[in-house]
Amino acid sequence: MRLAISATTYRMVLLLRDSHQIQSLVIVTPWWIRSQVLVHTKTPIVMDFPGGKVAFTPEIHFISESNEERVPCYRVLDDNGQQLTNSQFVPVSKEIAVKMYSDMVTLQMMDNIFYEAQRQGRLSFYATAFGEEAINIASAAALSPDDVIFPQYREPGVLLWRGFTLQEFANQCFGNKSDYGKGRQMPVHYGSNKLNYFTVSATIAYSLLTQLLPNAVGAAYSLKMDEKDACAVTFFGDGGSSEGDFHAALNFAAVMEAPVLFICRNNGWAISTPTSDQFRSDGVVVKGRAYGIRSIRVDGNDALAMYSAVHEAREMAIREHRPILIEALTYRVGHHSTSDDSTRYRSADEIEWWNKARNPLSRFRTWVESNGWWSDEAESDLRSKIKKEMLEAIRVAEKTEKPNLNHMFSDVYDVPPLNLREQELLVRQAIKSHPQDYPSDVPL
Amino acid sequence: MWGILRRSAVDGGGFSASSLRRTRFALVSARSYAAGSKEMTVRDALNSAIDEEMSADPKVFVMGEEVGQYQGAYKITKGLLEKYGPERVYDTPITEAGFTGIGVGAAYAGLKPVVEFMTFNFSMQAIDHIINSAAKSNYMSAGQINVPIVFRGPNGAAAGVGAQHSQCYAAWYASVPGLKVLAPYSAEDARGLLKAAIRDPDPVVFLENELLYGESFPISEEALDSSFCLPIGKAKIEREGKDVTITTFSKMVGFVLKAAEKLAEEGISAEVINLRSIRPLDRATINASVRKTSRLVTVEEGFPQHGVCAEICASVVEESFSYLDAPVERIAGADVPMPYAANLERLALPQVEDIVRAAKRACYRSK
Repeated sequence: MRLAISATTYRMVLLLRDSHQIQSLVIVTPWWIRSQVLVHTKTPIVMDFPGGKVAFTPEIHFISESNEERVPCYRVLDDNGQQLTNSQFVPVSKEIAVKMYSDMVTLQMMDNIFYEAQRQGRLSFYATAFGEEAINIASAAALSPDDVIFPQYREPGVLLWRGFTLQEFANQCFGNKSDYGKGRQMPVHYGSNKLNYFTVSATIAYSLLTQLLPNAVGAAYSLKMDEKDACAVTFFGDGGSSEGDFHAALNFAAVMEAPVLFICRNNGWAISTPTSDQFRSDGVVVKGRAYGIRSIRVDGNDALAMYSAVHEAREMAIREHRPILIEALTYRVGHHSTSDDSTRYRSADEIEWWNKARNPLSRFRTWVESNGWWSDEAESDLRSKIKKEMLEAIRVAEKTEKPNLNHMFSDVYDVPPLNLREQELLVRQAIKSHPQDYPSDVPL
Repeated sequence: MWGILRRSAVDGGGFSASSLRRTRFALVSARSYAAGSKEMTVRDALNSAIDEEMSADPKVFVMGEEVGQYQGAYKITKGLLEKYGPERVYDTPITEAGFTGIGVGAAYAGLKPVVEFMTFNFSMQAIDHIINSAAKSNYMSAGQINVPIVFRGPNGAAAGVGAQHSQCYAAWYASVPGLKVLAPYSAEDARGLLKAAIRDPDPVVFLENELLYGESFPISEEALDSSFCLPIGKAKIEREGKDVTITTFSKMVGFVLKAAEKLAEEGISAEVINLRSIRPLDRATINASVRKTSRLVTVEEGFPQHGVCAEICASVVEESFSYLDAPVERIAGADVPMPYAANLERLALPQVEDIVRAAKRACYRSK
């Protein structure tokens, strides 16, 4: 329509144009009229549905099931450990870098020795973290000791970083009386109240994967209510992201605005199930957006990238009260556990390649050495020291007494109820009457 | 006593001669008590208990579906949102697994959540967190991690809600070490046990009953005090007797009390035990009563196999076998998923007549 309008009306029309209600505006000013406006109006383009304004489109268009390109992966070091040009990362001091590298070596050696001990029959069970040392140590290094950790079962490196000693690891694996778990759990189910590391849930290895994910969100909510400068951090694998708990936890964390980091160790395998059989999305990182969660994909075998990603994520989580999803791409070099022989479902060559060509330790070592902070001598000193310590820890742990009988009945409740006290008396009476049926190495 | 008076009035429909006699008797006795004996619905009892505990301890908070804005699916949390705000009365998305896990996580971190299930049938979505995350944590962590959480909500059959909304979960939860399981009946039970549950450092499953929410019970001044608390693990003898012991919990207590009235007319004096606490079970009280009466009838609403009654039978046989003069009678719900049709539903649940008949059988007064 063609209008003759005054200056004020002209200004109003411009306002309308800027609000996108008008498709096009042509201003014509022939000499005999102050101004003329050609206005084409559109039909209303937004509707206020519950949940907010949505724009309409006349085209029938399905969002593709996947992007043309996969989400890129953040890395700082190349395959050979050389720092990439233009790489953004949080700087790491010599002290931290050396501790990170030493702990990665310690973790690898500890895994090696415990694994061998299991094979020799001295331990009932073990699960290694081979190939994921960078995820373990670098993430721990980027967190503060007040951040509460809800682990899966492949993150003992976090405990190691925080100060859990090799002796303490050994005590738990051997289930002796010095074990903080009082011998109640399988090996690798470490926990430490003091170090803010939640006891690994035994059921996680079976049908109750990612059980701790919603728990982490609850803890994060509690931290937020207490206004602590801390977040909750929880780990899970690619397989774990299929569990219902994962979806409930992520959705909830976003709605509750809980300061929690969800760190996914996408190592390609869930026991024998490859990721192609686990999900059809572009990995786990894209699931964050589905729940309204900021996410990042990181090279999990790059210690510096992991450190930076977790560092930045932690800041955002606490400052902005939001959950963050980190997908760390890596490879599970070891078997799922000592109850698994992964050569049955994948090629030994594939395992070798990742172990040699993509090893997180050698990449980081190259970088640390390039700064003049490490040497061959330091390496061999460290390795022999750790080996000695480990063998001693195992020797001591093996010799230490098992937990006392009364630990079978304590901690079921805060205060032992009558029925359990009665049962303990009955057990002790039975032992008195039939001492030959009772193992001699369990103290009464 | 006012409660008994009310029930007989409801029962009679009109006033028959015998109920009138009972009525007059009750009125006379009432006058000898302090004036102004109060009554309270179970709903108000629960609401006041949560309110008082939230006001006393800032760590206590409520979460569940519809607990806030909607004032609670059954209005148990009415008024709490206005009083304590959305941080402490939290409306959750529809994911029992999610919010139960989150509640347990909050408990790990030191808060004291009161998690509401719209009905315990929905708790099956979350049972992994109740059992594996809450019940077993203190033990698995060797005392390092305790979980002071309360899971509450309506349990058992309502009226015409069908198979998936009528199951009783007392037996399931009571079999798990590490959990405490409570089942209140009256308003006093509801107040005292819920306050005890919220204060308890262990995880507690608190089984309410939808049909009891609206029922009024007399409540003493002591019970109205904000520090009132009932001990967990103690049963209550609702009615003393000497011929037969009848144990039960939750809504069935009302039915058993009516049955006891009927039995009294026929000269059988029944001792009614309101279990209050399913785990820990008050075996001492039950056994002491059986040793007095020598006969036992156990009543519950849930499925018969592996039920609470089965456990009580086993306990009595183990500890008081030589005192029993008759086989133990077990009255439970029918061994079928709950039917919807009103006539079938009535047949699937224990009724007063069933309890009376069982007591008579135990007393060798009928086949």
